Amino acid sequence: MSIKRKACLVGAYEHPTRKAEDKSVAQLHAEVAKGALEDAGLARQDVDGYFCAGDAPGLGPLSMVDYLGLRVRHMDSTETGGSSYLIHVAHAAQAIALGKCNVALVTLAGRPRSEGSSGTQPRSWGANLPDAPFEAPYGLVVANSYAMVAKRHMHEFGTTSEQLAWVKVAASHHAQHNPHALLREVVTVKEVVDSPMIADPLHRLDCCVVTDGGGAVIVARPEIARSLKRPVVNLLGAGESPKGQAGGQLTLTTSGAAWSGKAAFEEAGVKPGDIRYASIYDSFTITVLVQIEDLGFCAKGEGGKFVADGNLIAGSGRLPFNTDGGGLCNNHPANRGGMTKVIEAVRQLRGEAHPGVQVKDCGLALAQGTGGQLGTRHGSATLIMERA
Amino acid sequence: MTTAERKIPAPAVNPEVKPYFDAAAGGKLLVKFCTACGQYHHYPRAICPHCFSERTEWREAKGTGTVYTCSVLKRGVPVPYCIAYVTLEEGVSMLTNIVDCDPEAVHIGQKVKVVFKPTDGGPPVPMFTPA
Ligand SMILES: [Zn+2]
Repeated sequence: MSIKRKACLVGAYEHPTRKAEDKSVAQLHAEVAKGALEDAGLARQDVDGYFCAGDAPGLGPLSMVDYLGLRVRHMDSTETGGSSYLIHVAHAAQAIALGKCNVALVTLAGRPRSEGSSGTQPRSWGANLPDAPFEAPYGLVVANSYAMVAKRHMHEFGTTSEQLAWVKVAASHHAQHNPHALLREVVTVKEVVDSPMIADPLHRLDCCVVTDGGGAVIVARPEIARSLKRPVVNLLGAGESPKGQAGGQLTLTTSGAAWSGKAAFEEAGVKPGDIRYASIYDSFTITVLVQIEDLGFCAKGEGGKFVADGNLIAGSGRLPFNTDGGGLCNNHPANRGGMTKVIEAVRQLRGEAHPGVQVKDCGLALAQGTGGQLGTRHGSATLIMERA
Repeated sequence: MTTAERKIPAPAVNPEVKPYFDAAAGGKLLVKFCTACGQYHHYPRAICPHCFSERTEWREAKGTGTVYTCSVLKRGVPVPYCIAYVTLEEGVSMLTNIVDCDPEAVHIGQKVKVVFKPTDGGPPVPMFTPA
């Protein structure tokens, strides 16, 4: 059974805030839920499925369903870090295809900026984590985990800091059009490589922003989508894949996108060359480069050349990406960038992206998420969507 | 830079991996070997992640290896330090730090050997230094 055209993205909302000192996390979840329902033209009582991940306070979906006053008959709290929300969209489509629900709400929210979170501080995942005794003593943090991937990629393929910098440059070109983006200034390759080194070879401008806020999407049955006033966005294919250290047999320069992407393209029946717009998870510049290779937009090892010289910039490049400015410049709410990846892809397919970055005749888009850490273990998720 | 300037967090030792840290206290690096499939793995498990057999045993590693990848964390920490994956002679790679050297000079392919460093209230942990 396939989910191809069995479900549609009918609502999408990104919270405009980037710092929410005066709000609770639950409140942000409610605000994005309300925003997505208004965007879709649906009411809260239409929602009969709810999806959330580890950013949602409480035990799985229980606290949020209660807090939001939802009455649902299907729920899912799949947790794969920043890629969770793409998996939620896919699982919502599966549930809809099976008749388990008609209208699924997915929410994400958090306040890492207000709470002082940083990619150079260790994150705790609990004492029973089997890998913890072999990682915590060595000072593994988000930044040096991704940096080790970048260093290895440079070693194996000759990728350069300047090529990585082009990813940030492209994102900044897009962010200048987004009034809500945290960083709106266009930067140059030189500015990226001259910014302070955080974890070599990654500089400060190779890293994503830390922001409060969130987002929500609504997935619904096609008949419902067609009854609404918004452009219809069909889900064509999806894939999900975990990837780890394989008992010590490391292949750090390949991500789970190699499997999730293949599954999504097969289900959708399209090829990388058909994609007009791509949201690519951008926790760091290296994250984008590795996923672009693994999704098949170029051969493994060719990512550096592919992203260079503005090839990711809307209007001039071959693969317009993250036209909202992405996690690198716009927003990375709750340290989880998957939701905003889906939202910008929906905007592009509806023709509602900023005119400065809207891709002409954008009929087919991809959203790619990576959660956890590329340097240790991560979840990858791919969605392929079309404008009906 | 010396590691004494950086407080090394104690590993959260559990029964499954206690022999590894007991051996580290005696200056030995252990690695898990599976007699069912003939392969090493790391981090150590009671049941082999390659073939799912429980016939795993501790073996003493030679204690030498090669840097697979590395990075020096320079911001948000009191002292910069070099994190790395080292591929042991036995063929498995382990997360570690490269210490007792200029962290900036550490590079992929470099030969390294094990040393043991005290942690903050726990058993010592294996780290590596240029061979
Ligand atoms: Zn085995």
